[in-house]
Amino acid sequence: MLKRLDKEEYFYGHKGCGGCGGSLAVRLALKVLGKDTFVVLPAGCMSAVGFVYPQLCFGVNALISPFASTAAMLSGIRAAAKSLNIENCNVVGFAGDGGTADIGLQALSGAIDRGDKIIYICYDNEAYMNTGVQQSSLTPYGARTTTTPPGEHIHGSINSKKNMFEIVAAHHIKYAATASIGNIPDYIKKVEKAKNTNGTSYIHIAAPCPTGWGIDSSETVAIAREAIECGLWYLAEYEDGKYKLNKDVKEFTSIGIYLKKQGRFKHLTEEDIQEIEKQRDNQIKFIKERYI
Amino acid sequence: MSNKVFVSGNEAVAIGVKLAKPKVIAAYPITPQTIVVERLAEMVEKQELNAEYMYVESEHSALAAVMGASVLGARTFTATSSQGLLYMAEVMHYASGGRVPLVMMNANRALALPWSIFGDQRDSLSMLDSGWIQVYVEDAQESLDMIIQAYALAENKEVLTPVMVNLDGFVLTHTYEAIEVPQEEQVDKFLTDFKLEGKMDLENPRNLFFSSSPADNIRFKVQQHQAIVASREIIENLDKQYGEITGRSYGGLVTGYRTEDAEIILVTLGSITGQVRDVFDVLRTRGEKVGVVKIRFMRPFPEKEILELCRNAAVIGVLEKDISFGYHGTVYTNVADALKNTNKRLINFVGGLGGKNISQKDIEEIFSGLKNIDKITNTVNFIGLGV
Repeated sequence: MLKRLDKEEYFYGHKGCGGCGGSLAVRLALKVLGKDTFVVLPAGCMSAVGFVYPQLCFGVNALISPFASTAAMLSGIRAAAKSLNIENCNVVGFAGDGGTADIGLQALSGAIDRGDKIIYICYDNEAYMNTGVQQSSLTPYGARTTTTPPGEHIHGSINSKKNMFEIVAAHHIKYAATASIGNIPDYIKKVEKAKNTNGTSYIHIAAPCPTGWGIDSSETVAIAREAIECGLWYLAEYEDGKYKLNKDVKEFTSIGIYLKKQGRFKHLTEEDIQEIEKQRDNQIKFIKERYI
Repeated sequence: MSNKVFVSGNEAVAIGVKLAKPKVIAAYPITPQTIVVERLAEMVEKQELNAEYMYVESEHSALAAVMGASVLGARTFTATSSQGLLYMAEVMHYASGGRVPLVMMNANRALALPWSIFGDQRDSLSMLDSGWIQVYVEDAQESLDMIIQAYALAENKEVLTPVMVNLDGFVLTHTYEAIEVPQEEQVDKFLTDFKLEGKMDLENPRNLFFSSSPADNIRFKVQQHQAIVASREIIENLDKQYGEITGRSYGGLVTGYRTEDAEIILVTLGSITGQVRDVFDVLRTRGEKVGVVKIRFMRPFPEKEILELCRNAAVIGVLEKDISFGYHGTVYTNVADALKNTNKRLINFVGGLGGKNISQKDIEEIFSGLKNIDKITNTVNFIGLGV
């Protein structure tokens, strides 16, 4: 499968942290999509590390959009490409969890509603990382962020992640998927599907952030894989109006071990971990009823 | 061959846009702009206009969408008003900083609260520092003509700056007038195809709208400022060229009316100008030496031209539908700066807020105030407060 990837690099020389999950998601997607691609990035890690004049790190056409406007700018580019008869090009956006689930949600909803032929990839590192690790609506329950500091009364974030995949699927989008940099072949396959989708497509990729998560920069891919194995992340698709679970994990590894490896969860008590297990079980029950 | 039609200001804008042949239109409806985008949608449906019409979910998205389309090399159009303009505010700075040559129509309307759909000019004047060129038109004919000129201006290589064409809400957007529609060939002669240097191109990929360090940032901002300063001459030239082709020109940045020997001048912005001229014509018959300076462009600001037009006047009033709360009206502040090295007396009249009509009697009272300026102690004088 890796042999199918473009030999060219389209995202390099950036200032991303060592072991950055988001930059891996961007780099791999562009190796699938190739040179005839227009990229839109809102404010966020990838625009911050890749787009500082005069050090511009995209080998394809790329621009920064206003924070809320990833999907709107993608739509505008697609409309212009259509009107100028620029065929066989990809129009892809890479936005973080805050840029997608919070400020960018309206524009994303509008683009899906219009059915514009664009690819929207959300790299989910579970907080506003570039700004200094503040809570987003995709920050998981219990996580330490600078705006959810754990203390005597509250043990970190009291959020439960918005289910962006479900929200997007509820629009009857042409193609949607969850992915993870913990399973790269699966991600590549999904980007290829998105590329060949005649309409709007959305991929939500789990992309751990060593800095914000408090893990070693060598552990990014491993921790992403562990999230799948302990049932806190799942790989699924919504295609032709149907849900599909890509990998049915029969036996989960320990949530406690997964959490305790990360600085952002160090403060959690046994009760907190049980609460997270309960949330996972509810989610798995929901998925099994709906997807299988 | 003239082609006369009876249309509203909004419809005149739509006809102007059609003649400019944009490829992408994105807009969100807001009163009193809505008719513009309705007419354009009809033109697209009838295939009179070959454009992609995007139904977007907000003004913020509308402006972001046309930015993306423009840098691919497509001419675009959008329109807004009031709260919608303010909702776009963030994107407006992106567009001007990114040097995207957009054209946008704004229907001047009051801002909430109190909520109001009626016209004043606080919306666009509050966006004066967004880096856009701003022109204010007086009637439907000027609306159409300025839309076409705005494209030539925005897309000029020396300018590459977005242009906002402002029409007074309802007073101009909804009032019907007979206007002359230029021939397609005339417009094609004036407005060449959109060719953006440095556009996003699959053969020559580019990274646009980047970040810059403090060391570089100021250089980009200086260039932006210089482009708008340079646009002064380009505006004058385009107006002349347009006049040669269509027979209509508007005098560039500003126009004077009976200013040559005027002792008292009232400075105006937008559609109120015609009414002020009418009242002042009557005053002239009574021997009063009065004149009108109509500001057409608020950015670039015609400071030299205002100074020149006002050279023989001792008293200058500024009438505007705007207030910068706690100080003066914004137009006044700009005019006062242009005249700062003179010993002229200046006074600010603020009226028409929230759509309140400015009557003939109000203008007569303004004149009376200007004539007896020593009796006025306020710098800001609200007019039309009575029922």
